[in-house]
Amino acid sequence: MLSLDDVTVRYGDTIAVDDVSLDLATGQVLAVLGPSGCGKSTLLRAVAGLEPLDSGTIAWDGIDLAGTPTHRRGFALMFQDGQLFAHLTVARNVAYALRLRRTPSARVATRVRELLALVGLEGYDDRLPGTLSGGERQRVALARALAVEPRLILLDEPLSALDATLRERLAGDLRSILHAAGTTALLVTHDHEEAFALADRLAVMRSGRVVQSGAIDEVWREPVDEETALFLGYARVLRGDAAARVLAAAGLRTAYALALRRSALVVDATGPLRARVVQARVTPEQVRLVVGVDGVGTLDAVAPLGSRVSPGDETGLRVDVTRLAILPITRAS
Amino acid sequence: MRRILALLLLAAGPVLVLGVLFVLPVTGMVAEGFVADGRFAPGAVLDVLARPRVHRVAWFTVWTSGVATVLSVVLGLPAAYALHRLALPGRAAVRAALLVPFVLPTVVVGVAFRQLLGEGGPLGALGLDGTPAAIVAGLVFFNVAVVVRTVGVAWESLDPRPGQAAAALGASPWQVLRTVTLPALRPAIVGAASIVFLFCATAFGIVLTLGGVRHATVETEIYLLTTTVFDLQAAAALSVLQIVVVVGLLALAARLRAVPDPTAQRTVTPVRAVRRSDAAVVAATGAVLAAMLVPVLTLVLGSLRVDGGWGLGNYRALSSTGDNQALLAPVTSALATSLRTAVDATWMALLVGVLVATIVTRRSHSRAERRVRSTLDGFFMLPLGVSAVTLGFGFLITLDRPPLDLRDSPLLVPMAQALVALPLVVRTLTPVLGGIDDRQRQAAASLGASPWRTLLTVDLPVTWKPMLAASGFAFAASLGEFGATSFLARDDSPTLPVVIFRLLGHPGAMNYGMALAASVVLAAATATAMLLVERLRVPGVGAF
Repeated sequence: MLSLDDVTVRYGDTIAVDDVSLDLATGQVLAVLGPSGCGKSTLLRAVAGLEPLDSGTIAWDGIDLAGTPTHRRGFALMFQDGQLFAHLTVARNVAYALRLRRTPSARVATRVRELLALVGLEGYDDRLPGTLSGGERQRVALARALAVEPRLILLDEPLSALDATLRERLAGDLRSILHAAGTTALLVTHDHEEAFALADRLAVMRSGRVVQSGAIDEVWREPVDEETALFLGYARVLRGDAAARVLAAAGLRTAYALALRRSALVVDATGPLRARVVQARVTPEQVRLVVGVDGVGTLDAVAPLGSRVSPGDETGLRVDVTRLAILPITRAS
Repeated sequence: MRRILALLLLAAGPVLVLGVLFVLPVTGMVAEGFVADGRFAPGAVLDVLARPRVHRVAWFTVWTSGVATVLSVVLGLPAAYALHRLALPGRAAVRAALLVPFVLPTVVVGVAFRQLLGEGGPLGALGLDGTPAAIVAGLVFFNVAVVVRTVGVAWESLDPRPGQAAAALGASPWQVLRTVTLPALRPAIVGAASIVFLFCATAFGIVLTLGGVRHATVETEIYLLTTTVFDLQAAAALSVLQIVVVVGLLALAARLRAVPDPTAQRTVTPVRAVRRSDAAVVAATGAVLAAMLVPVLTLVLGSLRVDGGWGLGNYRALSSTGDNQALLAPVTSALATSLRTAVDATWMALLVGVLVATIVTRRSHSRAERRVRSTLDGFFMLPLGVSAVTLGFGFLITLDRPPLDLRDSPLLVPMAQALVALPLVVRTLTPVLGGIDDRQRQAAASLGASPWRTLLTVDLPVTWKPMLAASGFAFAASLGEFGATSFLARDDSPTLPVVIFRLLGHPGAMNYGMALAASVVLAAATATAMLLVERLRVPGVGAF
């Protein structure tokens, strides 16, 4: 189990990681989610032993890692773009850590075959990294990282260098591979989709601090403040009277602040809210609307595909309670 | 087709210049070897190559160059790492200091080592004066900078992340170096080593001043054969041998050095703080620095010794013509000649070099065009492969009669020096020009910029600094040029290196002291030019 206690990392005068404490149980995948420049990559590098700490401790199973250099930590690090060794073939890349440990060559060959099968790249043994596509390179990097069964695998935006379709496919594969191998993993990313696709637990980081952490659905359902809500993919945050009106329409207890997903308001002729359609756009899943709601203002809403709504129409809206989150903030904060 | 024609038209100028000033003299020199008594007699070349002395000279050249190359690489690697990857205090100054030996005029280096190793010198007790070891030491002194610079620049732009990934996979720092870093640096190391070998094998001033007649390399042997023995045929035969070997070596080096995509290499890794584990590397760098400074310091101190005391007498004597009328013109006027010549050589080298660099780096639209460009590229690199002595002597025997009689032209020496400096200029500029993404020019054009305007707004802002740096290189190289100039400089208006060599050859304590003082002045002039270059260096670009 990995534990970070009050970890602080400075670059000169700027504090990149500010007093961060996190725990990661064996076998779990933790995603650290935050915008670029929030210090998440520095945190990952600190765990890998590539950045010295200014204060705090990073420990594995209760043993402080401060004096342990990177190569003795038994972690594996996988970069955004794989960082394969360009002068080695795919098989040699995967076998790299095995050879360092002087594994017998017959055993190396078997393990390389196993790993390449695991990542779906059988027969790629003799290819050079330069001839692979981005997705293939990431798979090789993953196989290389898994080769010696590291006690922790560190992933630095493993999917963000890939295009959308590939990302979705590899995300599914990556998750099942990590679970099949029972690997503990720490992932940093700025993309909440990537975090949701891979992780069990989530820590949201902003300007060097962890602002919220917990099981992924908890964090998702109860973002701690407006910025976190928006970063997690909520479309709008309402406050005061506007929030009260929408909550009343949903039949929920009133609160000061409310975060809404794009699909929280659904067109329904009998719905409790009255609205006028401002804009309508067809997407593959549903019709996306921008509506003006009486006493609330401009909001997003959706209608099922095929519904006849066009700008200027008056319509009713109902509230989907699974698609909103009440924020634990008050007028004073 | 129109593009290729335009390209050839643009290339016509530089090709003509190189044709007349390089190909003609060199073939003239080579032809001497194949023609005996007005008849074509290729057998004579083989006869020369069979002489035992030639064998000795060739073997001496190969082994001294080989040993010097290995030592330069071994000493240069730690310094390259420390100076380009660690946040050492005073890093820029140390880097510039290490670069000085490379541009020090070869004659000056020779003088400095004689002063250091000779009788009464600080290391005189070692008895190394006049031995091959002294020559090797001189060559290493001269070439460590090439390794530090070439490999350092590559190391600077090397992505640290594969190494970190390897460390995370369990590789110790030593294993990371062996399995990840050195393989990634291989092109740079091979490139540096082959260039160093080339410089060592064609070194002239150092070997001549330190080895004299006893220890001759192919290069000094060509000089001795032409100037003292007048055996032109043998000299020409040796030139042919040298050209064949050197061109072969250059081609091999180009293959080994080939980088798939030069534009992808333009990242610069920030330096990191020095840690305790870097102690060995820092100490090695310090040792190299000390080894570079000692000969220079000895030279400076030596120039201040007058009749057993200290004083500026040697410097004051620079306005005289020396003891026993050693010179026809005072050293001060030689300095003026040197500076004037260097200015001329610089603008010539820059003019041709900019054209050449532009021609070879523009993106090709067809395979034929690419072939034309790469042929031109190889052609313009040829001066790097031919010894300055061959070039100088070739000038002397081919450009002395109509239609092109340059014997009395004041531009003869600058032209020869410009040719020697041309590869340096081209090598400084091509990576910069080649590194400009062609899409930037396309973007400028799509926004309505004419080709001229594109040049002005896209290319020039990136290249003016490297262009100044290239001028500095050319200026320094021309100031110190000795091989070709020793043939071409007229007795009444010699350049400073020629004067220094002449002073060394004339007996008299005064003359020796003047040689030391003149060396210091020359070294100071080139060092100033180099310091300016170092200030203008673009990180991650430029070999040496």
